[in-house]
This record gives sequence, C-alpha cells and structure tokens, in this order.
Amino acid sequence: MSLISTLARLEAVQTGRAQPVATVRHRHLADHPLVFVPLTTAGEAGAPLGALVGTERDAPRLLVVPQPRDRELRFAFLAELAEVVLPYVDGFAADTEAAERSESDPETGKRVKVEVELCTDAPQLVVPGRAGVEFVRLLGRSMRFRRTAEQDPDTPYPAPPRVPLLGRWLTHFGERARVPGSALLTAMTDLLSRHWASGQSSLEDQHLGALLAWIDPPPGERGADAALRAELARDAQGQLVCPPAGPATDPAFDNKLLAPAIERYDRARTALAAAEDGLAADQRLAELTAAEHAIRTLVESRTRPTWDAVWRGLDLLRELPEGDRAAERWTRDRWSYTGHRDRVLAGEPPQPRHDDAVTAANKLAARETAQARLEAQEALDDPLVMAGRRLAGEAFAGEVTDVVMAYSESKRPSPRPLITVRTEDRPHLGERAKVYRSLAGKPQSAQFVAYEPDGAVVLRLLDKMGRSKEPDEGSVPEKGERVCWTLFDHAPRGGPALPEPEDTPWTHGGPPDASGAVAVPLPDPVTEEDML
Amino acid sequence: MTEPIGAGSIGAGPSAAESFDPGAAADEATRAILRDTLRGGARGVVVDSPPGAGKSTLVVNAALELAAAGRPLMVVAQTNAQVDDLVLRLAEKQPELPVGRLHSSEADPYDKALDDLAHVRKSAKASELAGLDVVISTAAKWAHVKGAEPWQHAIVDEAYQMRSDALLAVAGLFERALFVGDPGQLDPFAIVGAEQWAGLSYDPSASAVNTLLAHNPELPQHRLPVSWRLPASAAPLVSDAFYPYTRFRSGTDHGDRTLRFGVAADGSAPDQVIDEAAASGWGLLELPARHTPRTDPEAVRAVARVVRRLLDRGGATLSERAPDPAPLTPDRIAVGTAHRDQAAAVRAALADLAVTGVTVDTANRLQGREYDVTVVLHPLSGRPDATAFHLETGRLCVLTSRHRHACIVVCRAGVAELLDDHPSTEPVQLGVTMKFPDGWEANHAVLARLAEHRVEWRP
Repeated sequence: MSLISTLARLEAVQTGRAQPVATVRHRHLADHPLVFVPLTTAGEAGAPLGALVGTERDAPRLLVVPQPRDRELRFAFLAELAEVVLPYVDGFAADTEAAERSESDPETGKRVKVEVELCTDAPQLVVPGRAGVEFVRLLGRSMRFRRTAEQDPDTPYPAPPRVPLLGRWLTHFGERARVPGSALLTAMTDLLSRHWASGQSSLEDQHLGALLAWIDPPPGERGADAALRAELARDAQGQLVCPPAGPATDPAFDNKLLAPAIERYDRARTALAAAEDGLAADQRLAELTAAEHAIRTLVESRTRPTWDAVWRGLDLLRELPEGDRAAERWTRDRWSYTGHRDRVLAGEPPQPRHDDAVTAANKLAARETAQARLEAQEALDDPLVMAGRRLAGEAFAGEVTDVVMAYSESKRPSPRPLITVRTEDRPHLGERAKVYRSLAGKPQSAQFVAYEPDGAVVLRLLDKMGRSKEPDEGSVPEKGERVCWTLFDHAPRGGPALPEPEDTPWTHGGPPDASGAVAVPLPDPVTEEDML
Repeated sequence: MTEPIGAGSIGAGPSAAESFDPGAAADEATRAILRDTLRGGARGVVVDSPPGAGKSTLVVNAALELAAAGRPLMVVAQTNAQVDDLVLRLAEKQPELPVGRLHSSEADPYDKALDDLAHVRKSAKASELAGLDVVISTAAKWAHVKGAEPWQHAIVDEAYQMRSDALLAVAGLFERALFVGDPGQLDPFAIVGAEQWAGLSYDPSASAVNTLLAHNPELPQHRLPVSWRLPASAAPLVSDAFYPYTRFRSGTDHGDRTLRFGVAADGSAPDQVIDEAAASGWGLLELPARHTPRTDPEAVRAVARVVRRLLDRGGATLSERAPDPAPLTPDRIAVGTAHRDQAAAVRAALADLAVTGVTVDTANRLQGREYDVTVVLHPLSGRPDATAFHLETGRLCVLTSRHRHACIVVCRAGVAELLDDHPSTEPVQLGVTMKFPDGWEANHAVLARLAEHRVEWRP
C-alpha cells in the first residue's frame, strides 16, 4: 500500500468517512450497463440459486432455480439468463465504424494496415464484487462446452439452444476482466475502492454494503459504525439486515429460510407427480406454485438490497467526471468485444480449457503492458494520483528556474537544452535516468544530468523539439513555468512478438496437438486410500 | 556419463569433511558439465550454482570451449550489465576471439569499456554480427531477433531469474543450450496476477528452468559444489538455510580469510557489531522492537553509522587471493535493502555522513554481485506483517550471500515473534512444485544463527 493511500485510510478512520483517492473517474461507465447479481447454492460449485439481472434500475428480471440440484431447472435458468444477456450483448454488434489494424501479411510477413470494423460501443457487465466476477467465469466455463441438440443430436443431455453461446460470452467477459483497466466486466467493490479509501482493510472493502457505508454513511452516523452494522446486524429472526452481496449466501439464511422452502417445494413436486386424478393434480399444482413463489420471494429479498447497492454505487461514480484517458482504454474494450464478435460469427470453436504456451505468454505480456499503461494514465489524468507517485519518488513537480541552450555533438547538431527544475519532491533519480513529461498529450523525454548544490534537478531535454536547429515554439519549458516530470514511461510498449503456437519450441513442449486441443491430463491413479 | 552429480558423490557430507578438496571437487564438476555440453546427446544441460560458485567462470570457459569446437554460440544474459561483464571477461581470457555484442538502439546501450576491445564488434542488428564465434546479448534484445539462421549452441545465464515466457521468445534461435543459474536467488515475478496458469508446465510467470525441466525431465542436471565467495563462516548457514537438499561447501577454510581494523573500537554498538562480524563472519545489530514505516529513520541511521565506522576504522582484508592485506575501501562494501525507497533513504543517510562510493541497492539489483563486507537492513525489520514479498526465500538469500568476509544485519527486535504470528498461508496450487525451504523456515534458520552474534543498539 502506498504512503498516500495509508494516509487516506487514516484520515477516513479519523473523520468517519471514506476519503477520495481520485479526482476523476478512472473507468468508463456505459450509459446502460447490465447489472448482474447472482446467488449460488452452498456446497455445490457452479449451481446457481438465482439472480437479478437487467439494465433498468426499477425493473430487474428475477431468475430463480427452485431446486438448484435439478439440472433441468438449472438449464431453464441458464436459458432464461441467455434470453436477457445475449440480446443485450448482441445489441452492440451491428453499430460499427471503420478502423485500421496492422496485421502481418500472410505472404510477405510484413506488417500492413487493414481496414476493419470496430463496434462503436460495447456491452458492460457490472457485478457486486470480485466473487461475482469469478462466478461469471465459472458459469462461462460450465456452459461453453455444452452441446445443443442441434449441434449434436446424440448428446445425452442437450443444452437449450443459446446456452453454449452465453458460456462463450461470459468466458470472454471473465477473461477480459483480468486485463488491468478494462471495463467490460467490473466489480462494484473494485470500482468504488479505486476512487475512495475507507477506514477498513482492503479485505473488508470486498463487502459492498460495508464499503458503501464508509463512502456514504447515513446522516449523523460514522462510517465505521455503519460498516459494522452492514456486516453484522441481524434482525429478530437472526437474519442479516444487509445480506452479503454474494454469490455465496449467509448460512443462517440457508439453514433457517432456504432449506425449509426448498424442502416444501420438493414435497409439493413429489406429491404432484403422485396425483391420481385431475382434481388432486390441480390442487397440488397450486401448492407447487406457492412453494416456488416462496423461494422466488426469498431469493429476491436477498438480491434486491445488493441490486440497489450496485446502482447506488453507480450513482456515486457518475458524480465524478470521467478521466481523459479512460476513453482510450474503453476503445481497447471495444476492440476486445469486436474481436470476440468476429470469432463467434466466423464459427470458431469455444475458448479452450487451458491456454497453450504461446497464448498464455501473450496474455501475460499484454496484461503487464496494460498494467503499466494504466498506472501511467491514471497519474497523468489525476493530480491526486500523481501526488501519490511524487510522494513515492516516482515523479516530481516544480518550477523551471533556468534554461540553457545546448546542442548535441553530431554532424547536424540538434537542440538539447538544459533545464533546471526546483522541486520540493524527492525523486529517486539514478545516474542518467530518463524522465518524461506530457507535452500536448505526447510524452517528451529528458535525461537527468545532475543535482544543483541547492537540490534543484538539472535535466537535458531529448526530443519533441522539431527537426530544425531552433526548437519548435513551446516545446521547451520556459523559466518560471511549472512542470511535472515522471520517472515512468507514459506509453509503455508491449514486448516482442512471440512465435506462432505451431512453432512452440522444444523447451515448452513443442507445438500443441494438431487438433488444437490441449492434452487432457490423466486422472490421478487410484490408490489404496481411494478404497477406504 | 550424463548422470547428475548427487550430494553423495562430491563428498559434501560431514563424514567426508577431512578429505574434501574443494578445488578438485569443483574441477570434477566443471569437467562433467563441459563433457555433457560438448559431447552429450541431450539438447540441454542445466547447471545449478550456489552463490559465488564460479558460475561466470564456468560460462566463460564453456563459451571458449564451444567456440574452439567451431560451434557458433549465442549467449543470453538477463541484464545489460551482465552482458557487458561477460564480454569483458571473455576478452580478458582470449583477446583475439571474435565476439559480437548485440545491443539495443537506445542511447548508451553498452559499457564504454567495450570500445577499447579490438575484437569485439557492437551492433544493434543481429545480421551485422553473423558469423562471429560468440554473440552476446540480453534476453529482451534476443527476443526481437527474427529470421536468423539458428545458432548451434546457446548459453543461458541466470536461467532461474529468466521468466518462462522470455525463454519462449528466444528458444527458437538455438538448437541446444546450456542453462546456468542459482535456484536459491529471487524468482522472476510478474506485475499482474498469473494464478490462472499456475500448475501448467509452461506457466509463463514461472522460471525458465521450471518449464524446461517440466517438458524435458531427462536433461542432465549438474551443480557446482563449492562457493569460492562465501567464507567458511557463512557457507554452512547459507547452505543449510537456503539449499538444504543440495548442500555446498566453502572453498576456503576458517582462518584463510581475516578482517582486521587499525583503529580500536570506541565501545559503541556499531563498533561492537563490527568486531563481532570481523571475528565470526556475522553480526546482528538489534534495535528495540517497534513498528515503523518502511524507511525506518532510526534503522537507516544505524546502517549508515555502521558503514561510516567500517571505513573510519581502517579495515584490512586478508584472503587467499593475495599474500598482502588489502584495504577495505568503499567499493568493497555494499548495503542491501528490500525496497528501493529504503535504499534511497540509506543513500541519503550516508551522504549526510559524507560517505561516498559504497553500493546501496535492493536485493534484486545486488544479485550476482560480490563485496568484502555487506550491511543488510533486514526485510522484516519493524514490519507489522510478514507478506510473501518480505518472506521470499530468495530475497534473504541474496542479501546474506554477497560477502567474502562478513555480513552485518541491522534489524528491529521481534522478527521471530512476527514470523510466528504469520505462518505461510499462500493458497495451494495444484500441480505446482513446492519450493523448499519456504521463506518462513529460511528466515527462522537465519535468525537463530544471527542471534548468536547479537549486539544491542544503544543510541
């Protein structure tokens, strides 16, 4: 944790209110995000219990699996989820603009520009917390390899038509969420804690109710008390007043309310199946419907507070103006969305179980670049973030006290003026360290030369001064000007191109199977302990 | 002939102590490595080298032998400083050898000392270095070389500090390779989470050697059995704490090296700990227990004070290298820290005491370097918690294995209790080879030993 965020947390404790750690919003928010509040069943991984989903704050769609262990009902839930999510996701596919992308020409191997489509906007999924992101990933994994009756008439348990496609999209959203600074799928707790520092630990910040209690406590109440109440307060029946944001539910709810309701539903279903005449069936159907309705009410009662909390979080975030460079990152999200749209349209198979060696390395490299870019962009967009970097010795701001013209020692001397900057900051400048400043949105670099006896920093300006002997107008800071230099690169570049997967070298196991499938690991051998 | 050298075969056990001849054991290990590299059938050979075991010498010798055998060789190192150092060593050993230094196209891409070497050609383009016996560069630069005729042989230096994805980018450039590195130092790291690939044999964030051996378990593995850097006082502790299953020995014996001071101690705690370290090889300067910010001003001042006194007291080192004592000069002293801001704070404190020329850096940057005396600010000193970063085995290993004579650790009291409060709780990842010992264990082992050489700080 950086010094400035520690300070912000201490101030939050002292004032009883979360402190802002950003002056602008560092993530793009869509006009109509799709909010998804899922619940899962205790004890069975990936068995959804229900969800609230939708783009309308006042009209969420409630989806419930009355008996979560029943695979038929689970499929029905997933099919219904696909009915809500897929039209929303597809709704951005048709509206495109022309864009350029460089690709390597298959014949010459050279990089050439190709004209391609880029969707003008992209879908955005918002879940309450990180566990929700993980659940989206899990749902995607559980669906994308399912086969529908149309794809494979012999499949024993065919999935409803659009379910595998939903799995592929949720997998894509889940994978994209791992890219730093991306916003296709985001967790509300992460969005909020990026912009406010609460007086609790970052682990406690994962509780959406507690975090909101710090950021926006009820009038007259301290954040710490409100957060504690959100975490622990129970009503007369022993139920949490602020249910956890899920997808896991509170055990007291599971045991006291949910389990009896599901039991009643099971009984009603068995009774209906055993009904002998029409009259009895009608009556038992009514009982079954009532039992199902009771479960729906229960699920809604646990998801609705979280649903409202997510929208309240969105309100709070919208009060901040969007950072200048957040749009650039959102464009990358649009590229990501467009790319997956194209892969689906081209009939490509679902994402593999595991990445191959080259894909994994490419993803890691892309995410590291994204992380470095995000850190730089947030600092450039936001003086408060830059203050943190200055405090950490990674940037410094000050006044130009002297400019001495100098030239490079080449055949055609180019300007290399020496700039003296007086600063109160204490940057960790190494010998000949490179520093950068933003000049009309473009990074201009300079080299650290020396410290003056009074501690001022002397820099040699290196570029962005034009081609002539005299530097371009405005490209050299003037005496008295305030400048902010960073020790980090403003636009970090990606690494070198890796080999194609079919050229995977021997050190990494050689090319993957020709079929494209990564070898499925053998099951563990049966041991004596398995027979105990 | 490709049998790995086991712990027993080099006589590292205590029973063989009487008859152990470090020079002979090291020569035997080197011969076996060169035999496998030059004439073995495997595509790769892996060499584990404990701190100061002559890894660089091995790399230079192997490079010369491969060049002599007429095999075009590429050498992959991890940093520009390592590359320049290797070029200089090669040129020193065999000035006529045509060597290529592939460098980046940025300003000042290589050490200016290379300009004085007649047979070293420097270029930013691999094609301009084609045909030279040996071409050396960093992994990052090699990764940009495309469409070159593959080299018959490669040497990958510091292979345990190279990430698997970096090896993936360069492995297509060579047919066979010798991988050399120290498994006990800092593991490579990624700045973003890489848990989704944990357990995969080609996890891009793992070390290059992990991936290599997961896919090629039959490759011959060797290790160098003798540390020439660490004194007899340090080798057993470093070996026990960080290499418990692949022990090594010091190349020198007790009494082969001495550290003496011309000026007598003034009774202060820094002088006491200096005398303790000069006599025993280790010293612990313990400050009162306290939770502090990372740049603990008191501890930083204590570090600076110790360095100042080391210089003021006219130290002289005597070792097997020369018959006469050598003065303990600032360039033979290093200060090691865990974080960069700590290093910056120590540098500022040293400047206040008018000390110049002493190296102050983080563990990451001290890897592979060697000094006579090191002063270490303990990574856990003054901390309220013990995170994976601060517990990392490699970090402590690097910090406590840079010295030829003595190592002085500056630390706040209470680290043992802190460790007991923070057992390792990293999530278990299926398919990931557990690394032994873990940082918790290694930290305790080092602390227990340091406690025998404890001096209390009296401000």
